[in-house]
Amino acid sequence: MSTLLQVDELRVRFPTRTGTIEAVRGVSFSLGRERLGIVGESGSGKSQTGRAIMGLTPPHAQVTAKRLDFDGIDLLNVSARQRRTLRGSRIAMVLQDPKYSLNPVMSVGRQIVETLRTHEDVSRNEARSRALQMLEAVQIRDPERVFNLYPHEVSGGMGQRAMIAMMLIAGPELLIADEPTSALDVTVQLEVLGILDRLVADRGMGLIFISHDLRLVSSFCDRVIVMYAGRIVEEIAASDLANARHPYTRGLLDCMPKIGADRHPLPTLQRQAEWSL
Amino acid sequence: MTNALSISNLEVAFDHFRALKGVSIEVARGESFGLVGESGSGKSTLLRAVAGLAPVQSGEIRIDGKPLTTPRDKAFYRTVQMVFQDPYGSLHPRQTIDRLLLEPLAIHGFSDGEQRIVRALDEVGLGSGFRFRYPHQLSGGQRQRIAIARALIVEPSILLLDEPTSALDASVQAEVLNLLEQIRRDRKLTFVMVSHDLAVITHMCERLVVMQNGDIVEQLDAADLASGKVTQAYTDNLMRASEGFRRTIA
Repeated sequence: MSTLLQVDELRVRFPTRTGTIEAVRGVSFSLGRERLGIVGESGSGKSQTGRAIMGLTPPHAQVTAKRLDFDGIDLLNVSARQRRTLRGSRIAMVLQDPKYSLNPVMSVGRQIVETLRTHEDVSRNEARSRALQMLEAVQIRDPERVFNLYPHEVSGGMGQRAMIAMMLIAGPELLIADEPTSALDVTVQLEVLGILDRLVADRGMGLIFISHDLRLVSSFCDRVIVMYAGRIVEEIAASDLANARHPYTRGLLDCMPKIGADRHPLPTLQRQAEWSL
Repeated sequence: MTNALSISNLEVAFDHFRALKGVSIEVARGESFGLVGESGSGKSTLLRAVAGLAPVQSGEIRIDGKPLTTPRDKAFYRTVQMVFQDPYGSLHPRQTIDRLLLEPLAIHGFSDGEQRIVRALDEVGLGSGFRFRYPHQLSGGQRQRIAIARALIVEPSILLLDEPTSALDASVQAEVLNLLEQIRRDRKLTFVMVSHDLAVITHMCERLVVMQNGDIVEQLDAADLASGKVTQAYTDNLMRASEGFRRTIA
């Protein structure tokens, strides 16, 4: 399997008045054309890892790494211009909440067309028809109607599908999905994941799926990275999750209430200082 | 024995939108009762209607057999308290924890505020070290504990819980759920709990109703649900959805 993304000793630091906060502290992994899950609690650095790869870290933060290569391109030392051409066309990102991450004053269709025309030289008509095809591919039943709707006029599930359509229209090779379904209802969540799953498989993309939900990630991904306090504490095949060794991973799995299991009180996570060393 | 909470044919409408279409439930004293459904199903509206926060069109709500008055009187808020979903939005940002906890005591004319605040903080596992902090100095889980302490400080007998853990991490959720269970045991409280998470509700509640589009789809015991004795396709759907993603072989 060819390596698409190589991350070696990635660090993200935020200088603040009271000292430097290290959000990501030496994360290393490589990704081929597969589905990789990154799991952790809030503040574990999982989102900052995704954002650093995408080049969306705030300007005052420092990103360092021994290597951060995407398909042979050194992401740390490319020009802002080159970065922009990569972003959206070869690396794309699906964000958590469609309510906040779509442009509220632009119709859904125009946003998709804008993405496509930024990265490819296509005529208006062709862009429109490709946007409609893409909306169909994310199982929107009436693409013509949805094309002209504004983000506030569509439901959460529909908005998230539109965002996936927008992100996939330029045919990226790597898709970073940061909590793509956390704002959705459980049943809608599964539909959206199903769509994402099929598109990723059909197009042979690499996928980084960032989530706090260990169970969901393990049912969706091939491989899971578990992060705690800015570090990777365990990397494990999703099918092997039941045999996780690190106490943090086991704790995370164990503390979820399950239907049919009568456990009162629920086991809680006993955090150990040495996990974050 | 009269039920702690009984709701019959409750109708709530926001302008022309009918959020609740004649819902009836009975919650016995000391029971933990769950409401599950997707967003827009009316589960939160039902709780808010009890608390007097939603425009009730018709129907009746009784607490301990007595019909409620609108606006609610002071005695009502001694009996019924509510914990909201978002721990970041439900605490006054410019008030210290001490001030926040004092407010309900002052309203209800308690004289031993000092002791009660210390005791309430102890009870939710925070200790008096947190007393003079501001909400922004606390984590999400700690804030939710404060919200629980504030609800409990006037010694209510019914606690309305609107998605109390859905904004929290799984590990923190477990801690807060354990805390709620212990408090219910210690104080013999009645819980009415809303969640979109079927697993959380079956863990916490003895009986539950599944809601959809402002109506009750099914009412069942948590034990029946766990053993798969569901009659409605919608409930079954929810159950399968909560198990995680399954790849269908095309």
